[in-house]
Amino acid sequence: MNDARLLVRLLGVSMRSQLQYRASMVMQSVGHLLVTGIEFLGVWALFARFGQLDGWTLAEVAVFYGVVNVSFALADAGGRGFDQVAARIKQGDFDRLLLRPRSTALQVAGLELTLKRIGRLSQGLAGLIWGLSALGVGWGPGRVALLAWIVVGATSMFYGLMVVQATIAFWTTESLELMNVLTYGGVETAQYPMSVYRRWFRRVFTYVVPLACVCYLPVLALIERPDPLGAPLWAQRVAPAAGLVFLAGALALWRGGVRRYTSTGS
Amino acid sequence: MAQIEVEQLVKTYAVSERRPGLWGAVQGLVRRRQRRVKALDGVSFEIGRGELVAYIGPNGAGKSTTVKVLSGILVPDGGRCVVEGRVPWEERIAHVAQIGVVFGQRTQLWWDLPVVDSFELLRDIYRVEPPRWRRNLDELVALLDLEPLLDVPVRQLSLGQRMRCDLAAALLHGPSLLFLDEPTIGLDAVSKLAVRAFIQRLNRERQVTVILTTHDMDDIEALCDRVMVIARGQILCDGSLEALRTRFGHQRRLTLELADPHAPLVPEPGTALLGREGARVSLAFDPAEVTAAELIGRLGARYAVRDLWVEELPIEEVVARLYDEEAAA
Repeated sequence: MNDARLLVRLLGVSMRSQLQYRASMVMQSVGHLLVTGIEFLGVWALFARFGQLDGWTLAEVAVFYGVVNVSFALADAGGRGFDQVAARIKQGDFDRLLLRPRSTALQVAGLELTLKRIGRLSQGLAGLIWGLSALGVGWGPGRVALLAWIVVGATSMFYGLMVVQATIAFWTTESLELMNVLTYGGVETAQYPMSVYRRWFRRVFTYVVPLACVCYLPVLALIERPDPLGAPLWAQRVAPAAGLVFLAGALALWRGGVRRYTSTGS
Repeated sequence: MAQIEVEQLVKTYAVSERRPGLWGAVQGLVRRRQRRVKALDGVSFEIGRGELVAYIGPNGAGKSTTVKVLSGILVPDGGRCVVEGRVPWEERIAHVAQIGVVFGQRTQLWWDLPVVDSFELLRDIYRVEPPRWRRNLDELVALLDLEPLLDVPVRQLSLGQRMRCDLAAALLHGPSLLFLDEPTIGLDAVSKLAVRAFIQRLNRERQVTVILTTHDMDDIEALCDRVMVIARGQILCDGSLEALRTRFGHQRRLTLELADPHAPLVPEPGTALLGREGARVSLAFDPAEVTAAELIGRLGARYAVRDLWVEELPIEEVVARLYDEEAAA
């Protein structure tokens, strides 16, 4: 069985296991929906009070909100296996993955597909569809393709962040909460257009973690709004590729982590 | 050429130490004290195809480090290790496809799924062709009596049932080399016998090489022709069970049942006290130094003896004395 089919099969197994505890899954999904719903309510309240944010309307911000939450929900649902790495290393269960004739990244990716993330996903999707409809930019095939490309780029980047966070466990099993500044903090940040932030902050989220590339820039092309910061249209369209590059880099780092693990044995 | 060749294997771990308390934790963030621990200190051996070898030693002696190196998931600092022509850690994926590993303490089966689903997943992970997988599965199901367990979720299995399933899981891809880490730990007597009988058949009929690490000396006596003892990263002795026994001469154990459980004991020349539990006293002696008849006569004169019996020194005692001697050295 090739790697892609095996990954789908492993994730299917994880889903089946979760469905054995159906009530728990339903409650967690509903809870997740409520939490993210309250979040968007906060955004709405902000606009109800001030009308607009640095020249951006609520509909525009809803598209940013939608793209980032859909992408993060997809990455978070599919990448939960990487969250288990630190615990598996501590308990010695990571060895079992090394004892099987497959890449470790593939096996870790296949450990878990979290269904409860459907809460955030549907919330993001609703924001996205409402925002785009309210802006009246239309739903031509070009726009749908661009939207799909944006989601692929942003999902890859968030997935890459999870891989990086897991990789750190090969060096230290100390708490990795610090990395949540980048994941959850990144989601919060990207819910608003980058132009509202200070320059140094924008730089961090462009060159260190390419959040601006996978979200801010291509969404501008999507909603047909020129960049107040001056990025040309072609750059806006190419920008999601940064997410794929980031993921590739994260996987290379992962391989380095596994090499370190097999040479230190801890 | 032997199936496994190991020469002068060396592995050192860096163990970071943290000073106790909150201040220690803070210091640990900045500067860590590291201690070097030599887990393997020049280990050499050869194992031929079809051998059934016990690999024993006290906790922390280097057993699992050796197994990790042999199974390709740990890179040693020095020395040579070749398994069937492969250097395990240099070609991990090719290597692990040809070996099986069972940990008695943890299962590799999917906890929430029926047993047969785990077997199917392993078929896909190991890329076993379905006809070959079917053949292996049928054989293992018959040998291990798994038919009634196949549809049961793993979390509902008893420990003994789970171990039988784990053995099957490790063999579905038809490995030529099997590592067993404490396969009988925690099992009841019936399950233990079933597991031992299976290991023996597997080794004899399929010529699977088995390396067994265990603390259960009955496993070794029932299964292994060869015993390797490791302590502090070095092989202390390597040979037949018989050779291990004779290392301390042909010692015997004499057990006395005294009439008075509080009778004070006097050291008896030519014997070593193995232990005392109330009225029951065990002594080791070498018949070449003092004959059983002479010893029994002397003890009978000194104590009121209700009962006594003489037996071969159990392998546990031999091994325990070996570890003690090593620790004292």
